[in-house]
Amino acid sequence: MSIDFVVHDTDDSVGVAVVEGIQAGQELTGWVMQGDQTITFTVNDPIPIGHKLAIRDLAENDTVIKYSVDIGRVIKPIKQGEHLHVHNVKTKRW
Amino acid sequence: MEIKGRKFLGYRRENGRVGVRNHVIVMPVDDISNAAAEAVANNIKGTLALPHAYGRLQFGPDLDLHFRTLIGIGCNPNVAAVIVIGIEPGWTNKVVDGIKSTGKPVEGFWIEQNGDHNTICSASKKAREFVQHASELQREECDISELWVSTKCGESDTTSGLASCPTTGNAFDKLYDAGCTLVFGETSELTGGEHLVAERCATPEVREQFQAMFDRYSDMIDRHKTSDLSESQPTKGNIEGGLTTIEEKALGNIQKIGKRCMVDGVLDKAEAPTGSGLWFMDSSSAAAEMVTLCAAAGYVVHYFPTGQGNVIGNPILPVIKVCANPRTMRTMSEHVDVDVTHILRREMDMDQAGDALLEMTLRTANGRHTAAEALGHREFVLTRLYESA
Repeated sequence: MSIDFVVHDTDDSVGVAVVEGIQAGQELTGWVMQGDQTITFTVNDPIPIGHKLAIRDLAENDTVIKYSVDIGRVIKPIKQGEHLHVHNVKTKRW
Repeated sequence: MEIKGRKFLGYRRENGRVGVRNHVIVMPVDDISNAAAEAVANNIKGTLALPHAYGRLQFGPDLDLHFRTLIGIGCNPNVAAVIVIGIEPGWTNKVVDGIKSTGKPVEGFWIEQNGDHNTICSASKKAREFVQHASELQREECDISELWVSTKCGESDTTSGLASCPTTGNAFDKLYDAGCTLVFGETSELTGGEHLVAERCATPEVREQFQAMFDRYSDMIDRHKTSDLSESQPTKGNIEGGLTTIEEKALGNIQKIGKRCMVDGVLDKAEAPTGSGLWFMDSSSAAAEMVTLCAAAGYVVHYFPTGQGNVIGNPILPVIKVCANPRTMRTMSEHVDVDVTHILRREMDMDQAGDALLEMTLRTANGRHTAAEALGHREFVLTRLYESA
């Protein structure tokens, strides 16, 4: 089965699109590297290659987890399958 | 792949260090000597001028770094011989004397009271001798443990953290076990993952030194920043590639130091390590600056994972590019030496990817030109610490 997105760890809140041209409403197959699992769900936004999609719902001020580590703070609620990037997540550091 | 005990054909220099290239360089001490240096390199085929922007009115640690970088580049075992050209004899001879400690051929020339014409003429005569000397040097069999390998990634994206940086990490783990001398750095670009690097430090002393370097760099950013640094760090290209925060970028970056190797010591910018193992260099995260500092510290092969396609090279340090982004491979594959896009299609595991990079390392060490070398990328960029006097 071909892979559309990749997730580092089972605890992560995001996956990364690894194919070009993902459109809203598309059914995607994801590979969770940790444990070598496959997951599927529908994406709500077009996701450019390399960009992230939320794999669970996130509320404002939630911490986004990738590599099992904190990568920033949610500034606008994000639903599963939505594009997660600089418009809805910010660094906690600078 | 068992890398321990593998051999490559390198140039053994007068001081015992092993290089994988045989450059005769023409090194300006300062910006105003660039024209003479470039004229010599134009006259004498097989030489390489290294023009740069600095070297006047610097002082204190910034001047120390300037000399350490120029001398370090001259001492690098990828360099067979050096012509040094400065505006005046004092600082020119300081660079010459620093390089002379290696035992390799080096000679200095200065422009004041000679003019460009006479300087270029006498430097060209010596450069011809050096090229003819270097062209007779032969490669000999060397052990993999004699290889010094540096790493720094650039125009990273999410595929860097998923595949090209872990590929580098896998190769680093294997080179570490084989007794190689390794380095990583990019101080600011560890922000959000600095605790993971601290945990990998071999001793409490090294951990303390690393933390002090990280904290100093962070304080510098806090002093000067006017925003959250978005578009600077992460860069505009990183964001285009899907990286959202510095934390996310740092966690991808850190994959380059693998899973097993420990941080055995820390280095100041352009400082040469004193033993084998993995070293952390307190350094800029800007590609050309960091790669130049690695070359000045004596490293002879560089691993450069990229996502969006940073095209950087270095005049004396072969830069091996590793890429996992299928769009980048589709649009600019001429810049990439090791394609690891297969990892993201589950057609290659990390161990196989690490081995592919190690095979390319041996081929590069044996003389294969990297993509950056073939394309003529020779970015030579000196790091400045503060304003001139």
